[in-house]
Amino acid sequence: MIAEFGQLSLALSACLALASGIAGLGYHVPVLRSLRASTVSMVVGQFVFVSIAFVALVTSFVNDDFSVAYVANHSNSLLPWQYKVSATWGGHEGSFLLWILIMSGWMLVLATRGVNYPPRFFARVLGSLSVLNLGFICFALFTSNPFERMIPMTPADGGDLNPLLQDFGLIVHPPLLYAGYVGLAVPFAFAVAALMENRVDAAWARWSRPWTNFAWAFLTLGIALGSWWAYYELGWGGWWFWDPVENASFMPWLAATALIHSLAVTEKRGTFKSWTLLLAITAFSLSLLGAFIVRSGVLTSVHAFAVDPERGLYILVFLAAVVGGSLTLYALRVAGRRAEIGFKILSREFFMLTNNVILVVALAVVLWGTLAPIGYEALTGDKISIGVPFFNLFFVPLMLTLALALVLVPALNWKRTSWRAVRATTLRALPVAAVLGGVSWYLTSPKSAVVLAALILAMWMILTHTLDVWRRLRRTRSQPLAYWGMTLAHLGFAMTIMGVAITATQSIEEDVRMAADEVVELGEMQVRFLGVREVDGPNYRAQQGVFIVTEPSAESFELRPEKRQYLAGGNMMTEAGIRGGFLADTYISLGEPLGEGAWAVRLHYKPLVRWVWFGALLMALGGALAVTDKRYRRLRERQSATDAAAKGAV
Amino acid sequence: MSRGVLIVLIAVFVQISVWAASPVDVYQFDNESQQARYKSLIEEFRCPKCLNTNIAGSDAPIAQDLRRTVHRLVVVEGYSDQQVRDFLQARYGDFVLYNPPLNTRTVLIWVMPGVLGGVGVLVLMVLLRRAHRRGAIELDADDKSRLQSILDHD
Amino acid sequence: MGVGYVGFSLGDRHQLPSALLGKPFPQFTATLLYEPQTRVVREDILGLPTLVNVWATWCPTCKAEHAELMRIAATSDVRLIGVNYKDSRLKAMRWLADYGDPYDINIVDIDGALGVELGVYGAPETFLLDADGNIVYKRVGDVNSRIWREELAPRLAQMGVYRAGAEL
Repeated sequence: MIAEFGQLSLALSACLALASGIAGLGYHVPVLRSLRASTVSMVVGQFVFVSIAFVALVTSFVNDDFSVAYVANHSNSLLPWQYKVSATWGGHEGSFLLWILIMSGWMLVLATRGVNYPPRFFARVLGSLSVLNLGFICFALFTSNPFERMIPMTPADGGDLNPLLQDFGLIVHPPLLYAGYVGLAVPFAFAVAALMENRVDAAWARWSRPWTNFAWAFLTLGIALGSWWAYYELGWGGWWFWDPVENASFMPWLAATALIHSLAVTEKRGTFKSWTLLLAITAFSLSLLGAFIVRSGVLTSVHAFAVDPERGLYILVFLAAVVGGSLTLYALRVAGRRAEIGFKILSREFFMLTNNVILVVALAVVLWGTLAPIGYEALTGDKISIGVPFFNLFFVPLMLTLALALVLVPALNWKRTSWRAVRATTLRALPVAAVLGGVSWYLTSPKSAVVLAALILAMWMILTHTLDVWRRLRRTRSQPLAYWGMTLAHLGFAMTIMGVAITATQSIEEDVRMAADEVVELGEMQVRFLGVREVDGPNYRAQQGVFIVTEPSAESFELRPEKRQYLAGGNMMTEAGIRGGFLADTYISLGEPLGEGAWAVRLHYKPLVRWVWFGALLMALGGALAVTDKRYRRLRERQSATDAAAKGAV
Repeated sequence: MSRGVLIVLIAVFVQISVWAASPVDVYQFDNESQQARYKSLIEEFRCPKCLNTNIAGSDAPIAQDLRRTVHRLVVVEGYSDQQVRDFLQARYGDFVLYNPPLNTRTVLIWVMPGVLGGVGVLVLMVLLRRAHRRGAIELDADDKSRLQSILDHD
Repeated sequence: MGVGYVGFSLGDRHQLPSALLGKPFPQFTATLLYEPQTRVVREDILGLPTLVNVWATWCPTCKAEHAELMRIAATSDVRLIGVNYKDSRLKAMRWLADYGDPYDINIVDIDGALGVELGVYGAPETFLLDADGNIVYKRVGDVNSRIWREELAPRLAQMGVYRAGAEL
């Protein structure tokens, strides 16, 4: 009953999406004028009904309703309750419902907080978003219905959630990631509406920025969380594999990063307009492309959802319509527009442009590496693989170039900066950075030139930014939040660079045979194996190894990696024992028993690995901070005053 | 390993859910550099039947066999890194290399990122030149004198 | 967009094209299943068009293709060599006794070493060799009547091996 209710609710929301789509986009059509006023409430209605549908699905999980096929495939009566809830988005159908919920959520926030935008523009934004939402909901209803029943073949118990997903990571990673992916629809809708209006200006950029930055921040957090989750869950100590699904989430992020910078230029200087529009369309298109790749079976990946060509075809058509339509609109409206202002090489404009170019080239390379094997197979019939070595070879130099550009950024002004001013901050910081970087590099083993470059560039970036903060604070007490946001985000980037450089090259990994009471050296630490004992969990039985790790400072801690067997499906899983620290992680996972109480054990020591994700956290915070600036709030009041005056005059 | 476990693990040509087991092999090496070479080599090869994992990260029997083979080639037969790659490529094809080979058919794959980078640099140069030119003609005599008087008052 | 369309039309993602097509069957040393003391090397399997079938008792699909193999053995002149892959001798012999033995010769690959030489990554896999011992076709997966009809029979006909009793 609940499932049917949910399905009905979903269908109702589709109707509302259709209605508000027509109302919003057909703003100028006289016949629809009566609908116009209710566009906002129709958007609210969509959210309400989608939420009801979502809650219905969650309820089915919590109630162990195995007559619903989706629940039967992804849950089990023994599953702890929090995983029953998160199992809702553990498979394709449910995770797509989550996608729709988040889309409706963004629309709700936009509808309730954006009322001070010009009415026709705003109507078109909501209309475009509604049409997108309609597409998503129809996809769910017609090809991926989570509410399908399995009567009369109802199983007595479910097939269990994949043990890999029975984890905190699954609870937070998809919602955050989708908040980012889907959030990029907002700048997309803004771009489409602006193109329809044929009005693109600094004001439009100012309106777009808060939404874009928040979506970007969510996407940053979502990706970082996914990486962290893979790290502690999969047991091989790695945190990025350039897997097609990872790339599918990374490409929109690269585009969105370019977009937030480009929007800043359009807002401040009124230029790069057509480029910014194109980026906004591209970022969301890449989100959709990512969805297609993950759910269609086109690419091979452990992350990919189950293969179903019918779904893939629908998304392909949808993608073609959305991307093709928006690009056509773009071409029609924008053809022939040029940037209107001048600037020199030492200017914020040029460096923002550099940022954009580097990020877009990186994006193109990742796209190429991800899709080339498919093209190759189509053309030659042979299969090849493109993996980590290929991507790193091109991506690392690009990021280091970006880092070099970032070094100069704090000293730059709009339009032109004197070389003397730049020299003052930048060159003064170089010797210090070189020393700091060189010393840390000296302590590394094995050594590599790339790591040296990365360390020096990162330190240099930190120094120039810090020097600039100090200089500004000396002049005026307070700085705009936007400045703090930028500084924080760039410092986060530097931190991530250092984390990546060190952890990728300095990690220690040992595969050893350990008998009870044996001690093995891991770097400068001693690891003693105390043996394995049986432990029972809520829905699994585990063999738990006990290890005592002693640091050179004589402090010691205990780690308990497990080898679990889940009762429901008989699946085996390894759960690593990790001691996380700001400066390094110690990571132990159990292999196979080798007889006579001895086990194969893998020991990792991973310095600075947490910096990778902590840096990403700082970036996300910085990006969000940059748009909580008063001027965005003040603007809305000013805008509404202007509108009131205009309405009064009409 | 018991046959039972083998049967479970080898679900032939049926997509299986991922076994989250990072395989731990306890191999002996003559020296550290051999061990380092082995570790980096097994990360370069793709497991032929897994869903995009390297042979270092997979528990599948073929991955174990290939790891054992790489170990044998490096330690016992004394193969160089390139010889190991050639060995596996001759038997499993290009697919098994995560670093695609460089030959007439794959040259486009390798060259394209460079081309993209080159295009990026070109775009930057063109836009910069255009902006330079526009910047240079902005101020004329009146503007300059006005600007000067403003600056003098500052 | 084009990628998506193309991506769909591509075949089974799990079938790797063989790197050994056109190349000679690799050198190997193995023992016979039924005579553990007898050594077999590559030269011993040359001379006739041959189907080399990699199989094991732990492989369910091998069981499924077994009927087809029995039929091929009964009705065709092609020589059938089995490679018992990473299996137990005892179990293999018992399996063949229970279900029937279509093979002319059965060799044992206890640790998968011959499999690695052949680029095998699972069972069943089947190689078609010509009389000179070159690999002309590889099938990853079961040999069923469709594969026989479309891939194996035509190639065998070219080599001069025909089915006894029409119906190609």
